[in-house]
Amino acid sequence: MNKIKCECGHVNPEGTVLCEACGKPIEGNQHIDGNDKKMLLNMRYEGTARRSQTYRKSFIDKVWSFFSSVKVGVWLIVVALVASMIGTLFPQSQFIPANATSRDPAIYYEDQFGLIGKIYYQLGFHEMYDSWWYLVLLGLIGVSLVICSLDRFIPLYKALRIQKPKRHETFLNRQRFYSETEKVSQEEIEQVKAKLKKQRYKITEENGHILAEKGRFSRWGPYVNHIGLIIILLAAILRTTPIMFTDEYVWVREGETIVIPGTKGEYYIENEQFLLEMHDPDDDRFRDAIASGGMVASNYQTDVVIYKAKQDIPGAEPELEPILDDSIQMNKPAKFDGYTLYQSGYQQNEFRSMTFKIHETNDEEATAIDSFTIDLFNPESEYILDSGFRVVLDQYYPDYYLTDEGVPASETNYPRNPAFVVVVYPPDASEPEVSFLGIGRNIDATGENDYKVAIQDFDTHYVSGLTLRVDRTLIFFGIGAAIFMIGVIQGMYWQHRRVWIHPKADGVLLAGHTNKNWFGLSKDIEKAIEQTNIKMVEDRQELDK
Amino acid sequence: MDLVSLSGNLLYAAFILYLIATLFFGATIRQKDSKVKKKGISGNIAITITILGFLSHFGYFITRWMSSGHAPLGNMFEFVTFLGMAMILAFIIIYFMYRLSFLGLFALPIAMLIIAYASMFPSEVAPLVPSLNSHWLYIHVSTVAIGQGILFISFVAGLMYLIKEIDQSKRTSKNTWLEVILYTAFLFIGFIVITTVFNIMGYKATFEYQEGTQMVTTEYHLPAIAAPNNGVLITEEVMEPWFEAPTWMQGADAGRKFNTVIWSVFSGTIIYLLTVLILRKRVGAALQPLLRNVKADLLDEIMYRAVAIGFPIFTLGGLIFAAIWAQIAWGRFWGWDPKEVWALITWFFYAAFLHLRLSRGWHGEKSGWLAVVGFGIIMFNLIVVNLVLAGLHSYA
Ligand code: HEM
Repeated sequence: MNKIKCECGHVNPEGTVLCEACGKPIEGNQHIDGNDKKMLLNMRYEGTARRSQTYRKSFIDKVWSFFSSVKVGVWLIVVALVASMIGTLFPQSQFIPANATSRDPAIYYEDQFGLIGKIYYQLGFHEMYDSWWYLVLLGLIGVSLVICSLDRFIPLYKALRIQKPKRHETFLNRQRFYSETEKVSQEEIEQVKAKLKKQRYKITEENGHILAEKGRFSRWGPYVNHIGLIIILLAAILRTTPIMFTDEYVWVREGETIVIPGTKGEYYIENEQFLLEMHDPDDDRFRDAIASGGMVASNYQTDVVIYKAKQDIPGAEPELEPILDDSIQMNKPAKFDGYTLYQSGYQQNEFRSMTFKIHETNDEEATAIDSFTIDLFNPESEYILDSGFRVVLDQYYPDYYLTDEGVPASETNYPRNPAFVVVVYPPDASEPEVSFLGIGRNIDATGENDYKVAIQDFDTHYVSGLTLRVDRTLIFFGIGAAIFMIGVIQGMYWQHRRVWIHPKADGVLLAGHTNKNWFGLSKDIEKAIEQTNIKMVEDRQELDK
Repeated sequence: MDLVSLSGNLLYAAFILYLIATLFFGATIRQKDSKVKKKGISGNIAITITILGFLSHFGYFITRWMSSGHAPLGNMFEFVTFLGMAMILAFIIIYFMYRLSFLGLFALPIAMLIIAYASMFPSEVAPLVPSLNSHWLYIHVSTVAIGQGILFISFVAGLMYLIKEIDQSKRTSKNTWLEVILYTAFLFIGFIVITTVFNIMGYKATFEYQEGTQMVTTEYHLPAIAAPNNGVLITEEVMEPWFEAPTWMQGADAGRKFNTVIWSVFSGTIIYLLTVLILRKRVGAALQPLLRNVKADLLDEIMYRAVAIGFPIFTLGGLIFAAIWAQIAWGRFWGWDPKEVWALITWFFYAAFLHLRLSRGWHGEKSGWLAVVGFGIIMFNLIVVNLVLAGLHSYA
């Protein structure tokens, strides 16, 4: 390795721009930080040797340089930003509204948005944030984060530890804040030192050369925050594994006890009741708003009991032991043994039971001779009535519809639109009569029935929709976010400020540098040199056009 | 006086106080040498009145909270009013850091425009839907607003930088773009003026149209230039619509919102043209002399500092607290909802800004444009995403 020895005696690694100890520009390397074209030195990395700027030959060097470039990092961020924007142009497939004419993405986008919609769909933008290339983009940002941080952190750390109070003259007079004073007394310098100390600067001295420094730790802010970001990206990868993340949706009817999916049959849930509460439209506070905007729900709540199944004998019915009695509300999930249950939806339109009456077909008043009730979750095959009628339940379609071939069928197993074929055995005649019953339908198969069966009453119940989540990655996201916050605050709310005082003949050279908030540094210097002869530093900011 | 009307009056008082404070900030221009009279009298009066206005504004917030029983951050009116308050707070903080009176001359009127914009939305005290009933919502929304308020100051400083530094002697693409930015402020003014006029007249027209599988009605408060797609006018003796909103305009009341946009552009453009006619030059050129005494690099410093202070707060409120709330409410801390995505876009943007600032080439004018674009993204999220690309958080 071609180490470089500076005139101050310090040995610098290859690729160093400013001597780590005294800051003297090292000849031949000034182009690296662009110092050759400027009056001011680029202080961003203290002129340290960075791998990315030093070795650029092999393939690995090239990849390293590529990813460690802030320019590349910014481009990656900008591309991710633009892609994210495009993804919000039209609703993502998961947000296609429920009342759309078709929820099939292949139809929806073209139907709603025309040709642009079709192209949007065909390019896969309707599932932008799950697309492989979006994830690759985030991955590349991660790689870039790691490499750029490694590239800079170690050399920067070393340089800030080694730095000497005694700096080379060119280092001072090529700083943005700089002044030269011809005549300065020792008392004045002592006074400045004392004032800087009072402003919590740390003073180090070497033969009358003074370095006053504060807030160095804020220089580590970006590296800390990048570590936080990397942890978040790793957590996102972890989250794709089933051990770390489970997501299930379960519908539970009032009064029902069922096994909770995703818990390997270990836990059961009972829905004791579901509550849907509305804000009172007569409440003085909200009267106007409800009158103009309609009723507003105030609470969705499921009162549940969670059971743990104890399976002593394999295959036998498990014994259920209640472990939790809770009311799940929006913003108030229930937690048990690492699982969390959220209130996520409800259905109102399910029937629980239906009551039918039997009357004579030609009775205009339709006076009930007798009636019977079918429990839609537990229908019996035969109902024997007090009056001597016998009703046999021949067919039951919980969620009735007619197939394209005209055959009756059930769409789901849930009683949302129940229909029945019943056979009525009147007490007097032995000839049974067949009827088809449904909501808004009452078909007499032969047209010769003496008796008619009609819906008298029905009972509905709520079905509560609950989401079950296990998310063991939350803790990692939390840690990542906390580290990120610590890092940005450290880097943004503190600044690394330095003031150098360099004795020269009877006077001093004064220079100052900060990584941000130059206004603050100039105030500090102003205060420190008050009532002395020392000239205020001049701000010689150079803007690139 | 009951609490609700007290609250409304306090907001009104705040608005008036901000207006008076702006005039006093304006008076600081005439102090020739701003260096000597840094702590000039009119600057002190102006900031005192601003603080009084802020207290009154805060009083609005507290009394409204007391009357409804929940923090007033639940709908568009309440959120935007709060954002206006956060902007004023951010201004007060930055003022005491840099003591730049001119900042008030620009920050206060823009914040007032935001507050006036808020008051165009229905302001009845509305009950809270269950998903919003969470302390984390308040924490999230208020932190976001404060972060955005500070980023707003960066926008103001950036805009001032551009007005000051961009050559107005002949027409260039730069000063045209600057003019476009100033013109958008006129669109807000147009919206506020036209909405107020027709509200006072009590104008109403109802349309019926098909949305998905349902028939719905929508009520226009401005004469219908654009009807909802396939909409039928029900109200009699009102202006017939000129045309229908195109099919791809989806979502609740898309036609009505489109109509409002047309009206805002229409009236905003007229007001803008009248202004230019009176000034006889570009608005940017007319404003430029006001900033003669301000140092450009101080504006650059403030613009960057405001991002440095605002970015962590925005991250905390807009991403971290948002995620905590979403986790508690829906069991997922991130759902790629348009509102969330736009918060992420804002965050990416300011991260890019901070990285670009690491190189010298991006200081000054380029940063000024970035600060303006950044705030444009925030306003886009507030207005377009809320009202058009509706998602879970939609206040519309
Ligand atoms: C979305 C992702 C990112 C965020 C939120 C982020 C955030 C930050 C923040 C807040 C700073 C401090 C800036 C300042 O002090 O002015 C910073 C500095 C920095 N970031 Fe990032 N960053 C991200 C991605 C990247 C990437 C991909 C790279 C890779 C090239 C990168 C490279 C750097 C560098 C080199 C610094 C300067 C360190 C120094 O002050 O010496 N960042 N980043």
